[in-house]
Amino acid sequence: MSFNELLNQATSEVEAWQNSGKIRIFIGTGTCGRAAGALAVLDTINKELARHNIEASITHVGCIGLCYAEPLVDIIKPGQPRICYGYVTPETIVQIINDYILKDNPRPDLALGTIGEGSIAGIPLLFELPMLKSQVRIVLRNCGYIDPENINHYIARSGYSGLNKALRMTPDEIIAEIKESGLRGRGGAGFPTAQKWDFCRKAPGKEKYLICNADEGDPGAFMNRLLLEGDPHSVLEGMVIGAYAMGATQGYVYCRAEKPLAIARLRVALEQAKKSGLVGNNILDSGFNFPIAIREGAGAFVCGEETALIQSIEGKRGMPRPRPPFPATSGLWGKPTNINNVETWGNVSAILQKDGAWYAGFGTEKSKGTKTFALAGKIVRTGLIEVPMGITLRQIIYDIGGGVEGKDKEFKAIQTGGPSGGCIPASLLDLQVDYESLAQVGSIMGSGGMIVADSGTCMVDLAKFFLTFVQAESCGKCVPCRAGTTQMLDILTDITEGKGRPEDIALLLDLGDNIKAGALCALGGTAPNSVLTTIKHFRSEYEAHINEKRCPAGVCKNLIAFYINPEKCQGCSICLRNCPVDAISGDKRMIHIINQDQCIKCGTCLTVCPVKFSAVVKMSGEKPEVPDKLIPVGSWKKSEVKE
Amino acid sequence: MTANIGIRKILTSFTRDRANLIPILQKSQAQKGYLSPEAITEIGHFLGITPNDIYSVASFYAQFRFERQGKHTIKVCQGTACHVRGGQQILEAVERELRLKPGQSTTADYQFTLERVACFGACALAPVMVIDDTVYGLMTVSRALKLVAEYRGK
Repeated sequence: MSFNELLNQATSEVEAWQNSGKIRIFIGTGTCGRAAGALAVLDTINKELARHNIEASITHVGCIGLCYAEPLVDIIKPGQPRICYGYVTPETIVQIINDYILKDNPRPDLALGTIGEGSIAGIPLLFELPMLKSQVRIVLRNCGYIDPENINHYIARSGYSGLNKALRMTPDEIIAEIKESGLRGRGGAGFPTAQKWDFCRKAPGKEKYLICNADEGDPGAFMNRLLLEGDPHSVLEGMVIGAYAMGATQGYVYCRAEKPLAIARLRVALEQAKKSGLVGNNILDSGFNFPIAIREGAGAFVCGEETALIQSIEGKRGMPRPRPPFPATSGLWGKPTNINNVETWGNVSAILQKDGAWYAGFGTEKSKGTKTFALAGKIVRTGLIEVPMGITLRQIIYDIGGGVEGKDKEFKAIQTGGPSGGCIPASLLDLQVDYESLAQVGSIMGSGGMIVADSGTCMVDLAKFFLTFVQAESCGKCVPCRAGTTQMLDILTDITEGKGRPEDIALLLDLGDNIKAGALCALGGTAPNSVLTTIKHFRSEYEAHINEKRCPAGVCKNLIAFYINPEKCQGCSICLRNCPVDAISGDKRMIHIINQDQCIKCGTCLTVCPVKFSAVVKMSGEKPEVPDKLIPVGSWKKSEVKE
Repeated sequence: MTANIGIRKILTSFTRDRANLIPILQKSQAQKGYLSPEAITEIGHFLGITPNDIYSVASFYAQFRFERQGKHTIKVCQGTACHVRGGQQILEAVERELRLKPGQSTTADYQFTLERVACFGACALAPVMVIDDTVYGLMTVSRALKLVAEYRGK
């Protein structure tokens, strides 16, 4: 079938759906939506529609990125703008259906915003909300709008028009277009995409492979998952364009098995693309063949490294090898191979649908276009965002993310780039987000995880967390990474347990520099970053742990203790009943006491003590005076005076 | 022998190509929840590689199990976002509730297997816990323990 036939078919299907006169309901059923309870909401919608005999179409969409407000449900009544409702529960959806669908009250109190033309009194425009206002949506152009399991939705929104255009260009013209766009690899390292393609195109050989790296394994990252769940065709289209430009003969998507919904939606998309002649043999009657297969990663972080990923596809242990030779000349089964990240492919289809100059209009001189970031941690509005390169961290954290959650907490640091990245302190909040600026402060762009830490986060503990991860994920092939990260982790563990020695900081810095210089691959080479940047910016926290045996943030278990303030305890016994290890003694109307030898420092007592009493305190480095035997509530001061 | 019949059925959909090893292991594990020694031997015969070779690959990846698993699998996320929002406390509470000793991941009655997972990518709803295939977000210790109790009878 020609592209025009596909387009006509898609447009007429989508128009018929839009003009059906029916109410249209959209529900975000990505992983985040489901975790927040979207499926229970869907169930209620179906029941309510049946009960009231309402004819409506329900469309499952990917996520628009407003994860903090999940589950999200959008409703379009014919002739009205699309209203997006947030924090939807089975209870509120019943109200929304009753009030808006059955009557005409759009319930501004439950709505987040409207999308598209027109407006409704009392409801803001969704894209004017602070979370969305400074975003630019190129990669995420369709996420939340289209049914990811319906190829016609994608085609009707310019989908596969980039491929159709590319097939009429020469491979060199395509690479020139990508070069003009300034696109750099979105997997983290930021290598110029056009250059990488050019190497592979020029490498001799009839068989060439193209791989989409969807092994998103950094803890704290979900950009790729969200794109694959919300708009898988944009990635497939990018891959076919790249394959045509490089002359690739077989494609693979290497996707993490821990993201089952992304894999499921990708499989559906792949089948549809094959059926429509957009993947496989004789693509769009051009004579170009490019089959794509999906490989599920079996859970090894190091497989995000390209040479390790190749080993894994070959059915081996996923261990990196030295480069050169680079995969562009000798990759999968020794053949020229190109590997790009999911987001890179999503950008490629967008660039070809428009052009390189348009894309280069966003971003900074050296970092063009946009970048998606997964914003999480101690922040008010968590979610997935797409912003132009060059935006400052302050804009991301405060304008988009709404600042740190918890009124009594202060922003402390933002961790970018996952386990390979580093922590950036508050003093650098006006830093521009681009590849070079982040590298200058010791962090990396990485694939786009951003975790916000506040005054309740211990930076030594956070560094230990990342090191625990890289140490466990180290493949063991090279000594600096295998032995070095183990030693660093041992030292950090000692520090967090109050066994640190003053010389440990210098030793950590020395080990870190050696690992950086000597490790075989990028995982090892960047493994010390979290430790090095936290020592650089938060040295005083390390010193407090080592010299004063104190954890300023009150996180490290061996350095904290919980006490019951005898002046505040009302003897209600709630803590006693909830303590999982029976470490609290007390009785009705008696001041309760925590037995420090038995306490496992789980913090349950602190959580359950009624706010009006707030008698449980967490302390580090100090010890308050508490009674040594049970005495009645109110008698603490008196007993002191008596003695 | 019954185990091998199941594995043989899976093998019919693959060619005898080494590159198929990981997909074969994944499908085989999906059948019983873990890879038995018999299954490994059978796969080795099929691909013409030694069981040792297979163990060396399988043990490299976090996904593969070599022991019988519990009826329900509880995965507590220990990713960055979950970590800074108390994922560790959730894990410890579930561990205590299931009375698991250090190093033990499956309960004696084979009702539950507890796993720590690096990241599910549902970071915005941290801390996250997954039981079987259902993702539960914004966990607290008490919600986690309630969920465990709900699944106990199932």
